[in-house]
Amino acid sequence: MTALSIQNLKKTYGNGFEALKGVDLEVECGDFFALLGPNGAGKSTLIGIISSLVNKTSGKVRVFDHDLDTDRVAAKTCIGAVPQEINFNQFETCFSVVLNQAGYYGIPRKLAKQRTEQCLRQVELWDKRDTVSRRLSGGMKRRLMIARAMVHSPRLLILDEPTAGVDIEIRRSMWEMMQEVNKQGTTIILTTHYLEEAESLCRNIAIINNGEIVEKSAMHQLLGRMHTDHFVLDVGRSLTGAPAIAGYQIELVSERCLEVAVPKSLGLNRLFQELSARQIEVLSLRNKSNRLEQLFLDLVQ
Amino acid sequence: MNYSVAFSTILIKEIRRFTRIWPQTLLPPAITTALYFLIFGKLIGDRIGLVHGIRYMDYIVPGIILMSVISHSYSNVVSSFYSTKFQRHIEELLVAPVPNYVILSGYVCGGIARGVLVGLVVAAISMIFTDTRILHWDIVAAVFVLTATLFALAGFINAVFADSFDDISIIPNFILTPLSYLGGVFYSVEMLPGIWQKVAQGNPILYMINAFRYGMIGVSDVQIQIAFAMTAGFILLLASLSLYLLHKGIGIKN
Ligand SMILES: Nc1ncnc2c1ncn2[C@@H]1O[C@H](COP(=O)(O)OP(=O)(O)O)[C@@H](O)[C@H]1O
Ligand SMILES: [Mg+2]
Repeated sequence: MTALSIQNLKKTYGNGFEALKGVDLEVECGDFFALLGPNGAGKSTLIGIISSLVNKTSGKVRVFDHDLDTDRVAAKTCIGAVPQEINFNQFETCFSVVLNQAGYYGIPRKLAKQRTEQCLRQVELWDKRDTVSRRLSGGMKRRLMIARAMVHSPRLLILDEPTAGVDIEIRRSMWEMMQEVNKQGTTIILTTHYLEEAESLCRNIAIINNGEIVEKSAMHQLLGRMHTDHFVLDVGRSLTGAPAIAGYQIELVSERCLEVAVPKSLGLNRLFQELSARQIEVLSLRNKSNRLEQLFLDLVQ
Repeated sequence: MNYSVAFSTILIKEIRRFTRIWPQTLLPPAITTALYFLIFGKLIGDRIGLVHGIRYMDYIVPGIILMSVISHSYSNVVSSFYSTKFQRHIEELLVAPVPNYVILSGYVCGGIARGVLVGLVVAAISMIFTDTRILHWDIVAAVFVLTATLFALAGFINAVFADSFDDISIIPNFILTPLSYLGGVFYSVEMLPGIWQKVAQGNPILYMINAFRYGMIGVSDVQIQIAFAMTAGFILLLASLSLYLLHKGIGIKN
């Protein structure tokens, strides 16, 4: 069964802006799915329509075979949504934020309290249950929204840039948590503009740009198709200019730091040989952090 | 699906909200009422004498109670629902399977709860200053609740259209307060000069206050059947409009 099935979905905002231009998308049950795209691509609009926050202009959306137009209540109970912007009542305690949401889903008070405890423990906020939510750190606020989204045990969890602006340690613990949730059988859709995030978590991916899906594939296939890797090298001596090595595009970032575009066909070994022939010792090597741009360029080529 | 849990969740949340901030919600009307009685009742009232055969101080009690019900049921819903929109936690309700009528009744009942509670506080204060008794409990209770319902609905509609915090104070300041004062809280329309008596009768709040006064002390400037019909009519109208606005997602959804 498909967890999410979208056909020819269009959205034109009130000001005439066409944010989605006919999106088709299928997400299998149990998948960990990435929706990747730069700012303004239409990710939040798409998530908003699926979670009933934005009215669509046309098209079909089905969640576990429940059509949003004809069977919205059933569809809603299947979905847990974590929005991009903080949207809980900042004057309520963490406990009430989650408990109230359970109430909106019709979960009776006693069971709702148990579920609230489970979810707050799962995101490691149980200690903060009586804290007014406004006083939480940025990472905690996001985790609170995750707990709230899971309180009715949805089969599909949708997270809109859950790790934006969250520091690396918390990001990793959130990744682990999401993987755990996925392992337990919940389908997860995650939007992000970091390829790294999608790469380390997701099995399948769609790339959206300007309101259109430009790519849909399994993650490993997509990564396999990337022609070039970008690396940053720290070198052993001061350089005055970037060395010229045929086939590689090299830029001098600073005296002792180079940025190199490495075509997969050439690989790293030859680069190292060429550099040591020029008495340039490589001290360390790392992936350039945002490879999304490059991926787009590759896809467009 | 059974929506009683969703409804009671909204209602409890609404009641907690205004009781949590009781120094802003329950204390001021108590103080204002005490001042009304001191100034209008004691200092000025003694010079006015009797109205419809009733001591002035006793004559103004019903109006003062109902005026606070009106302003508090209205302001509870307008400020709560507007900040729900403004802080975006309306989205918590929109993603969940809560029908619009449940959202509306949750907020409106929250406003009624505040209006009624403030009304009771004000009534208790008036007992200190006057020897008020209630002649017709049924009429008093009905007017109390219907008025609170009507103005809670009006507050809801105001919140739907509001785009800024200014927008939620314009109607209370420029429409509700003047209409309440001109609604015969402090005088009988008979005390107005000719033409103004007619003008005053175009004010719906006048009918509610007089119906309430009739329930409490047995005197009224208007026929109370008209007051009930009018209030019920307005409630139906505003409730339909609210549901329509929610259905269209006006001010809430893109
Ligand atoms: N309420 C709105 N009215 C008009 N345009 C909007 C509105 N919300 C978003 N947009 C526009 O739609 C496009 C997609 O936005 P969004 O879905 O938020 O993108 P993303 O989440 O991928 O960054 C952007 O160009 C944005 O400016
Ligand atoms: Mg977004």
